[in-house]
Amino acid sequence: MFNRLSEKLGDIAHKLRGAARVSEADLDATLREMRMALLEADVALPVTRHLMNEVRERALGAEVAKSLQPGQVIIKILNDALADLLGGQRRDLDLSKIPSVILLCGLQGAGKTTTAGKLARLLVSQGKKVALTSVDATRPAAREQLQVLAGQVDVPYIAGEGGSAAAMARSAVKQAGRDGHHVLILDTAGRQVVDDELMNEIRDVATAVGATERLLVLDAMTGQTALQIAEQFHSAVNMSGCILTKTDADVRGGAALSVAHSTGVPIRYVGTGEKVDAFELFDPQRMAGRILGQGDVVGLVEKI
Amino acid sequence: MSSFFSRLKNGLSRSRDALAQMVPGGSVDALSEEEWIDIEDGLIMADCGAELSGALVHKARKRRGGSIAALKESMISMLPEVAPVNEPAGGPFVLLVVGVNGTGKTTTIGKIATMFRQQGKSVLVGAADTFRAAAVEQLAVWVERAGADMVRQHEGADPAAVAFDTIKRGVARNYDVVIVDTAGRVQTDRGLMDELAKVRRVITKAYPEAPHEVWQVVDGGTGQNAVMQVEKFREVAGTSGLIVTKLDGSGKGGIVLQLSHKFGLPVRYVGVGETLEDLMEFNAEEFISSLLPDQSAD
Ligand SMILES: Nc1nc2c(ncn2[C@@H]2O[C@H](COP(=O)(O)OP(=O)(O)OP(=O)(O)O)[C@@H](O)[C@H]2O)c(=O)[nH]1
Ligand SMILES: Nc1nc2c(ncn2[C@@H]2O[C@H](COP(=O)(O)OP(=O)(O)OP(=O)(O)O)[C@@H](O)[C@H]2O)c(=O)[nH]1
Ligand SMILES: [Mg+2]
Ligand SMILES: [Mg+2]
Repeated sequence: MFNRLSEKLGDIAHKLRGAARVSEADLDATLREMRMALLEADVALPVTRHLMNEVRERALGAEVAKSLQPGQVIIKILNDALADLLGGQRRDLDLSKIPSVILLCGLQGAGKTTTAGKLARLLVSQGKKVALTSVDATRPAAREQLQVLAGQVDVPYIAGEGGSAAAMARSAVKQAGRDGHHVLILDTAGRQVVDDELMNEIRDVATAVGATERLLVLDAMTGQTALQIAEQFHSAVNMSGCILTKTDADVRGGAALSVAHSTGVPIRYVGTGEKVDAFELFDPQRMAGRILGQGDVVGLVEKI
Repeated sequence: MSSFFSRLKNGLSRSRDALAQMVPGGSVDALSEEEWIDIEDGLIMADCGAELSGALVHKARKRRGGSIAALKESMISMLPEVAPVNEPAGGPFVLLVVGVNGTGKTTTIGKIATMFRQQGKSVLVGAADTFRAAAVEQLAVWVERAGADMVRQHEGADPAAVAFDTIKRGVARNYDVVIVDTAGRVQTDRGLMDELAKVRRVITKAYPEAPHEVWQVVDGGTGQNAVMQVEKFREVAGTSGLIVTKLDGSGKGGIVLQLSHKFGLPVRYVGVGETLEDLMEFNAEEFISSLLPDQSAD
């Protein structure tokens, strides 16, 4: 199943091999196969449509018609379109303010708390003085969980005080400033995007602390709804980026495209396991290869 | 029943609206080409899967001149008959709960324990997630809320040892229900999957008929990856039923159709929120209806 797309693409390339030119009908058939394959990789339907239009436009260009291997060229076009979409607007985290606040938000169970620990560890290794805080008053033992992680990566945990999440966040930021931390990573309770009350709460928290980075933590196994999730969090907190978790589950990762397409924000890191060091920079080319069902599309093209 | 329906309807209202919009006006039969395409798109966006959505619509259009009723029928027919839960003749009912990370296992155990307690049964819960930070503390809160008892060891203890202790104690003290919580793990992690297989083996060693049921918790927002999840967990842990969580959110749970159909697994419960009461018995008819426009729901 994992290799369905690369198989399909191989078939497509083979069928079109040596064709003098790609007919409109050939192209349509190819795009239909590609559409199915992308949907199987959990690329959201509107994003799939967008990509198919993109590939069609690019493919109708002269390049393909003249190519001896039009199938390969079309696959390459799709691969490039994916990588373009995933790789737009790359930049480092903005940590110029002291203290900088990094807000982590997302659905329940996405991996926010774990990611807070991972990110703290990474920033410490870059020479930053980092603290962690949680304003999750909902999930049982949520704050204990972050405290344990803080201990594992050897950074302080700051307990904010106040009646609301926004107040707790504000008090933690003050404390982080007093303690001379460069960065405060702010973990929040999980929430569903259809829950207006909690979406307002996250908006309040982001505003209250002027978070310089507002990162959506998204489970890479998420299906079609990733599009709506990204849109809603973007409209609530004006996301500055996204972190994709649980990519070690052999995910195809269509959700990444949903985020990139609907918000234009960069995907910065990926979670690759449960431990605090299972954290990597996001690589658009590699993710494009994953969505296409294999790591090296150029290699596939050369084999044909 | 009405409470299941209204709660779920509430949770799934967004998908209902989406589909309802696709079928404007009162008539739902004899739809136009565009309307069928819209319905197919709706099913895809609900994570039913592109191939399955296409096949369902195709089949529905061929039958009875093409109606939503036919579509609904073929969707319902994909879900297996739900056999009664495998309850023991004597001794405790032993339930093992498994699934990938963060799907809602621990929370669901809190809800299930509460349900059994409300039926007047004694419940013992084993904290076999000894790995994740504060996992035991989290479970302890739920167990206390439910009014159940718990077996725990230190962090980093062998999960199989915790499971063994739990079953032994459950049998010795004659509990009605024994539930074992396990750590989340991705289906691709060979080491952790082996560990889970061992947990299951040890449970059987401690009490030969156990576990009576192995329920796998699936997040309702999951896409096609869920198929691989269930395939692997069923192989390793012997999944006998599914629980689909977070149906109060934007995830529509359409993947359930494929999971139930492919693996012949019943969906036992659905999670519709984060409190003790947010657990509903699964009802195929009502679940499908809640995904379809109002006109065809009755
Ligand atoms: N395999 C794997 N597991 C992960 C990864 N990131 C997080 N997890 C696991 O996912 C589960 C949920 O993680 P949490 O950090 O508790 O998620 P959360 O978003 O804080 O959850 P809530 O606070 O309840 O909304 C835990 O079992 C984590 O160990 C990852 O990259 N890979
Ligand atoms: N909205 C909603 N949230 C839920 C539901 N079920 C569980 N959750 C939330 O999902 C998050 C993860 O739940 P847990 O019970 O910790 O999940 P788990 O599978 O035990 O996680 P790990 O042990 O880390 O693998 C928590 O924030 C829960 O409150 C549900 O039905 N609806
Ligand atoms: Mg958390
Ligand atoms: Mg758990």
